[in-house]
Amino acid sequence: MTTVDLASALAASAGAPQAHLVTRPVGAAIRLLVERQLDALAAGTVAVLDFSGIGVLDRSCADEFVAKLMLPREGPMPTRDGYVVLRGLHDGHLDAIEAVLETHGLALVVQLPDGSTRLVGAVTVTERRLWEQVMVGAAAIEELAAAVGLAVEEVHTQLEALVRRRLLRRAGSGVVPLGAHAA
Amino acid sequence: MTAVITVPASLDEPQFEQVIDQLAAVPADAKLLVDARHCRFATPYGLTGLLCLAQSRLERPDFAPPEDDDVRSYWARSQFFSHAEGLYTIRGSVPRRQGGNSDVLLEVTPVRDSGDVQTVVARIQEQAAHILTRTLDLEPRATMLFSMTLSEAASNVIEHAGGGGWVMVQRYDWSKRRVGREVVQITVADAGMGFRRSLEGSRARAVADRWDDAVALETGVVQGVSRFGDPGRGQGFKGIRGYASKVDGKLTVRSGTARIAPIIPPWDDDRALRSGLAPFPGAQMNLVIPRRLATP
Repeated sequence: MTTVDLASALAASAGAPQAHLVTRPVGAAIRLLVERQLDALAAGTVAVLDFSGIGVLDRSCADEFVAKLMLPREGPMPTRDGYVVLRGLHDGHLDAIEAVLETHGLALVVQLPDGSTRLVGAVTVTERRLWEQVMVGAAAIEELAAAVGLAVEEVHTQLEALVRRRLLRRAGSGVVPLGAHAA
Repeated sequence: MTAVITVPASLDEPQFEQVIDQLAAVPADAKLLVDARHCRFATPYGLTGLLCLAQSRLERPDFAPPEDDDVRSYWARSQFFSHAEGLYTIRGSVPRRQGGNSDVLLEVTPVRDSGDVQTVVARIQEQAAHILTRTLDLEPRATMLFSMTLSEAASNVIEHAGGGGWVMVQRYDWSKRRVGREVVQITVADAGMGFRRSLEGSRARAVADRWDDAVALETGVVQGVSRFGDPGRGQGFKGIRGYASKVDGKLTVRSGTARIAPIIPPWDDDRALRSGLAPFPGAQMNLVIPRRLATP
């Protein structure tokens, strides 16, 4: 796992200290910078984007940065590799990020201050329940199927979708969480 | 011959229509005098509107500033004169900027690029957040949503106006008005291309049965259609409308010959859409946010 300090990245992209992620041009600039860092990581590495030093994040900037960062990674034919977890978010950040993720049908894993994680964005109730079961340690398909009341085949399909959307990682024949418990 | 535009004694959003009505009768290239001598009160909408007016003229207009010393002093503190000096030939002298008015949460501030939006957001967060918290009874973290809204509105100027614009934020005690409490007024105004021209190349325009300023405003403000085709556009006004609704605020946007009020709170009875107004360039957004009511 590697951490990207967005406040430092923002200062680097702007050439001066800045506290706020606002406007599309700023979102595009920070996305390009972060994409370069993600592209340099080993395959399968989880990148934690740390928003701790960021004040205001507006929706336009969130769309240009977060949504467009994830679109090439979460689609049915991903063109970019890498896993992303968000950290250091306050309610204002979450408001903007959830709005843009839902607009694009995207979802992300967010790490809360206590170290726990949750999904934000466009996920179904079933996807969320399955994901939460994996987060508490359930691994076997049969175990997951029993926990959420679905057929094994359906659980398999849903897990495939969660892995494809980079909300879980494949490990051998099973799946493991990102974020706090990721290896 | 010089045409005279008389600025009403009180200059807020409704009264600025009187200014625009007068302007409509004057050819675009005519010499203009904007006479504000008898103006006694002007809001962010009025002040930024006067700057947009000057920007819309082919020939630099003249400006007669208010005669009342207190009014001149307020306009100076609001930074109006410092920007007006670059757009108008001001008749007579005007006071230099003075500090010390905490009701002006953000002076008239130009918005031309992302750096200006950063400046606007930083000023609100660093200098006015505590006043907003007190005036509007906002949770401290809710000032973030206020700043987000301001940022989205200012970003729209950069993205869509085709030129710069102006932002101003002011606090008022409207306890004697119908709303009956303190409010904060945000105006973001520009003299750019306006909604109709901005959306001219959009798919919404291509499939529209009719196309005018009113339809363009509904398309842009309510439906969230952008002139840029990539998915995810239109987030700005969606967020602004959502915030206005959440805080019992009132949102209006004027562009060209139309004005839309997509969020009308119970304390106001404005019309949702007006068309056939006198033409004025660009777009002028006005957002009034009242103090949060105590929950019973």
